[in-house]
Amino acid sequence: MTKQEWLDQVYRGTAERPVRFSTVSDMEVDPLYTPDDLANGDALARIGWPGMYPYTRGVYPSMYRGKPWTMRQFAGFGTADDTNARFHYLLEQGQTGLSTAFDMPTLMGYDADHPRARGEVGREGVAVSTLDDVRRLFRGIDLSRVTTSMTVNCTASVLLAMYLAVADEQGVPWARLGGTIQNDMLKEFIAQREWISPPQPSMRIVVDMIQFCAQRVPRWHPVSVSGYHIREAGSTAVQELAFTLADGLAYVQATVDRGLAVDAFAPRLSFFFNVHNDFLEEIAKLRAARRMWATYMRERFGASDPRSLMLRMHAQTAGASLTAQQPLNNVVRVTIQALAAVLGGVQSLHTNSLDETLALPSEQAVTVALRTQQIIAEESGVANIVDPLGGAWAIEALTDRIEREARAYIDRIDELGGMLRAIELGYPQREIAEAAWRYQQQVERGEKTIVGVNRYQSVEEARPELLRVSEAVERRQAERVRQIKRERNATRAREALVRVREAARSGENLMPPLVDAVKCMVTLGEVSDVYREVFGEYRDPAWL
Amino acid sequence: MAMTAARPLRILVGKVGLDGHDRGVKIIARALRDAGFEVIYTGLHQTPEMIAEAAVQEDVDAIGISLLSGAHLTLFPAVLAELRQRGAEDIPVFGGGIIPDEDREALLRAGVAAIFTPGASTQEIVQWVRSHVRPRTE
Repeated sequence: MTKQEWLDQVYRGTAERPVRFSTVSDMEVDPLYTPDDLANGDALARIGWPGMYPYTRGVYPSMYRGKPWTMRQFAGFGTADDTNARFHYLLEQGQTGLSTAFDMPTLMGYDADHPRARGEVGREGVAVSTLDDVRRLFRGIDLSRVTTSMTVNCTASVLLAMYLAVADEQGVPWARLGGTIQNDMLKEFIAQREWISPPQPSMRIVVDMIQFCAQRVPRWHPVSVSGYHIREAGSTAVQELAFTLADGLAYVQATVDRGLAVDAFAPRLSFFFNVHNDFLEEIAKLRAARRMWATYMRERFGASDPRSLMLRMHAQTAGASLTAQQPLNNVVRVTIQALAAVLGGVQSLHTNSLDETLALPSEQAVTVALRTQQIIAEESGVANIVDPLGGAWAIEALTDRIEREARAYIDRIDELGGMLRAIELGYPQREIAEAAWRYQQQVERGEKTIVGVNRYQSVEEARPELLRVSEAVERRQAERVRQIKRERNATRAREALVRVREAARSGENLMPPLVDAVKCMVTLGEVSDVYREVFGEYRDPAWL
Repeated sequence: MAMTAARPLRILVGKVGLDGHDRGVKIIARALRDAGFEVIYTGLHQTPEMIAEAAVQEDVDAIGISLLSGAHLTLFPAVLAELRQRGAEDIPVFGGGIIPDEDREALLRAGVAAIFTPGASTQEIVQWVRSHVRPRTE
């Protein structure tokens, strides 16, 4: 019997509820998948083997039997001292990597004493204005023994320079530093929307960092190509995948255009995806991502080092899927999402805390989130088998379909002249806004359910204890920046900043003068002002 | 002259501060526009001064502000103060975002007309504007 015969003869006569059966991304799904749904040809060859091209089933042969994924909870609030305490707590609880969240002024290139930083210092992450803050942030943590992720983009060059300077102070050679800096500016224009300068010069700084790390900090990941924020901005799963890979391809192209051989830097590119509620769709998305990247890298750039072909990824559960209503339910959502991430073969994972729609996570909430990963890793058994869902017809059919639809988007972006041009035209931004609007309408019409929000509402709700960042943080941090500026050697700082400006103008790699400048206590805001002056300021086009 | 040919209510919608989360604000702006209001969207990264200045220049009837960065206790009152300085304190300011309950009450006491928190529907917000915002008279 074929699938069509079964549908016609058996299924058609049975009752189906009068709803559209579609994923959270609004992709309609069949009632059943069979081998008839798989692409023609040898299905096994199409997915390949774990640790082998095209890596659909995972980048490593032994996957979690060899090494569990890195449990990496994103943390940062208040001052560097506050966040350092949270880091030590998380490491004591069995976390295996650090991940730093910075506050908005740091992310947008303003020191804590700048008028535009008012009310925002230390709120959404840790405040960093000078080398002294990064020094305090990692106090008591041996940088040769942890891997550190830093979520920062338009000021990533400054943060990396500060991290390298702290490594020098600790006596750790740069070659031994492992970690990741997000530094994905393209997705800032598409979705996250933290920027200083326009897309073209922003791209130049990213390429400076890729080149510098390839030569000087070989274990560092200079870009984490990120779909997370694209999805949080309301995209579908297919858009998230397509725009992320298109961003990655744009970085590779720009770096190759700078004259680097693809295999000299591509092994250090990593990826960061969102994992949303739709369990099967998300697993399929992550598997499709690996297969597509491997294929593009081989076919478009002629990459031959297997590590250039492997898409290694961090994932985070979907913040936007959590609800302020009945917040305990968020633990269940996060569990489903984390399980999808693991079945999708991620290398590292952040699980959101149940209180994140209300405030930054409390210590208790972040502990439950970490324990969720530990339970999946050590109790559920899913990590014992490599790609346990591989070969499931529904999974393979969805993987194929997501790949097909994402490729169509990438073709469209290529036609527009590449991602940088597509962004200037507002193409991905509009596609995402449209998808976000569609989803909101579906929720308001009751076509998509959000438990506790548009169905199963309760009146009485227990409110979790929230973490509060004291108002005093801003005053203290602003005062400290002013003090450092007063006490530093003003001549050395000024000269160091002049060298940064000259490099920005001449096109010489920015990283060496930046490392020198932060050691002279030049501030993050001062470097950002140089970027504003030399490269111009980008303004939100405010498209609706 | 009769007051019947009223122009549609004009609403300024914007983001204040450094926070870049604009999924919600764009959806609200679009929902208000679809409901027949005239919407002016400022885009991201506005200062309180910029919001107040634009509101006065554009002669709006209400201001909607989205804020997900935790800076609401500083920035909402700053917008109200800037409006007062321009003699425009009668323009109602409503807002939404990640705002804990106790802060919501503090903001209402400080003079914010309404605060919508996560899970509020666009229809709820449209209804609120219909029933609370009146054309501003000079």
